[in-house]
Amino acid sequence: MRLVPREQPGPAFVLAVSALAVLLAFAASLVLLALYGASPVEALRVVYQGVLADPRGFAEVLRRAVPLTLAGAGLALAFRAQFWNIGAEGQLLLGAVAASGVALFGPGEGITKLFLMGLAAFVAGGLWAALPAYLKGRLSVNDVITTLMLNYVAIYLVEWLIHGPWKGRSVFGFAYTDRFPASAWLPTWPGTALAWPGVLLAVAFAVFFAWLLFATRLGFEIRVVGENPEAARYAGIRALSTLFWVALLSGGVAGLAGFVEVAGTHHRLLAPLQISLGYGYTAIIVAWLGRNHPLTTLLTGLLIGFVFAAGDVAKVALATPFQLVQVVNGLILFFLIAAEVPIRYRIVWGSDRG
Amino acid sequence: MVESWWVSTLARGLAFSAPLLLAALGELVAERSGVINLGVEGMMILGALSGFAVADASGNPWLGVMAAAGVGTLAALLHAFFSITLRANTYVSGLALTMVGLGLSGLLGKPFAGRPLAHPLPKLDIPGLSSIPWLGPGLFQGQNALLYLALLAAFLLWYFLYRTRGGITLRSVGENPAAADALGVNVYLVRYLATAFGGAMAGVAGAYLSVAYRPSWTEGMTAGMGWIALAIVIFAAWDPLRAVAAAFLFGAFYHLAYRFQAHLPPEFLKMTPYLFTVLFLVLGALGKSVRLGAPEALGRPYVRGER
Repeated sequence: MRLVPREQPGPAFVLAVSALAVLLAFAASLVLLALYGASPVEALRVVYQGVLADPRGFAEVLRRAVPLTLAGAGLALAFRAQFWNIGAEGQLLLGAVAASGVALFGPGEGITKLFLMGLAAFVAGGLWAALPAYLKGRLSVNDVITTLMLNYVAIYLVEWLIHGPWKGRSVFGFAYTDRFPASAWLPTWPGTALAWPGVLLAVAFAVFFAWLLFATRLGFEIRVVGENPEAARYAGIRALSTLFWVALLSGGVAGLAGFVEVAGTHHRLLAPLQISLGYGYTAIIVAWLGRNHPLTTLLTGLLIGFVFAAGDVAKVALATPFQLVQVVNGLILFFLIAAEVPIRYRIVWGSDRG
Repeated sequence: MVESWWVSTLARGLAFSAPLLLAALGELVAERSGVINLGVEGMMILGALSGFAVADASGNPWLGVMAAAGVGTLAALLHAFFSITLRANTYVSGLALTMVGLGLSGLLGKPFAGRPLAHPLPKLDIPGLSSIPWLGPGLFQGQNALLYLALLAAFLLWYFLYRTRGGITLRSVGENPAAADALGVNVYLVRYLATAFGGAMAGVAGAYLSVAYRPSWTEGMTAGMGWIALAIVIFAAWDPLRAVAAAFLFGAFYHLAYRFQAHLPPEFLKMTPYLFTVLFLVLGALGKSVRLGAPEALGRPYVRGER
């Protein structure tokens, strides 16, 4: 068996192969479910009834899709520049911290307050990503490891705040902050838990990033730095500053996702695992499935949001543990990278030395 | 006073560094062949779970360690297939392995959580040696057999890499696969074997945690150690003996931070290993050793006939 590179594959072909990969991952998940002792048919039924056939189920999909798309669109930008940001989880948490700080102790009323919270979250998430980017650009320090390590630092920072200085005065035994004042709450769609401004933010940033990437000088630099660092140097592109902007933007939107979670759903800062169900890690799949195009992350964010929502109804109806969602997402990623092969190569059966 | 302080630092530092060293040595060999495996964390946690499960069921901790090595190997072969044969993006394949490993172990590990292991790996006292002043009590008293295995593996690997024909072959595949291929080396086979070895070592590292260090199973018990092991490989500039030093330095630092816990909130203490890792990488980069040590073809899939 050998692999012969394919000429530019058409978008329809790429879409078909990717969709097939996702379907196969779902099928594999059902097999896993059966091995776990739950009925796959029953699983399909509860997911259909609880998510697809129920308008509130769709609101849940959207609620999960918001942080995934926000962080995913940012990662699409980062991966384009070969900035291996595995730290969206920590950047999201930092955003949640900054937004909570403004909500609890900061100035502003009404929309001004919400704006300040969002801004603080964006800056905090962005700077949390900028440090590893600087270390990569300046000292060639491995960005995968530094961004990942900072996730843990962010987790314990949140833990410290909610057990220590920010622990709410009115919550006694629990480890979380006081509830935000009502002016720091994002409005929700009537009858659902969906903070709809989050949807607007996700769409706006996905569109903005697509425009940035394909219609501006910075976007051009991002693509050249990622695809051909040598050429970028000859073209006089300062890789360090490009990297800095990419980090600021991709960390910034992850921070914004943290803002939407605390201001839209929880209304307080609480345990890291409750703020984010691994959205920052899962956003890697959102970006990769969307072939690192900010606009496609709108679709792939919805798809992975569906996996989360389906996991929720399965948890209630079939008593499956939450980790199932993680496994399904991981399987999607595996099938997806396997799908790269038919996309990029034609498979020819026969000898190696043709 | 000073001696007892030093002894406990040595003893606890070594105990903490053993899983890091085991996983780092495995990854080091894989990377020397040119394959980066970001799935160390996932392979470790799968090793921890399978090690615990088999040790628990059989009553024999060594069977657990072997099962962990086997499961780690299988997981690594998955990565090898994706990144070597299918030439998928190495980073993404490794990340997928970590995600699946963490999720799967959480899913399958539910029934084992919160149960102590009846027969953990025994702690060893080596008579005679343990009475050497300063070194003896920390190094040869109450340590786990897997620690000695890790230290022995480091020396054997160093010898293998720099003093044997097999080591030269391995390194040449990582430095210049085309040249190795021209000399008749089966590049794919070498990379598969090296990656599989990395998986086995990561599995054993996981088993160290669940069968020896804290003989129990907790979801997510590797807590980022797989990633720290990856950092140690870089900091040690891909050299097994330096990996021993790096892993120990790391363990000792962690233990020292632990000693100051009375003065610090516990969350800061838990933060320290991750901050140390970043700091170590920065120091390593400032020392320039990193770029000198990295295998030339690291992370690049090999395609015969392409440069």
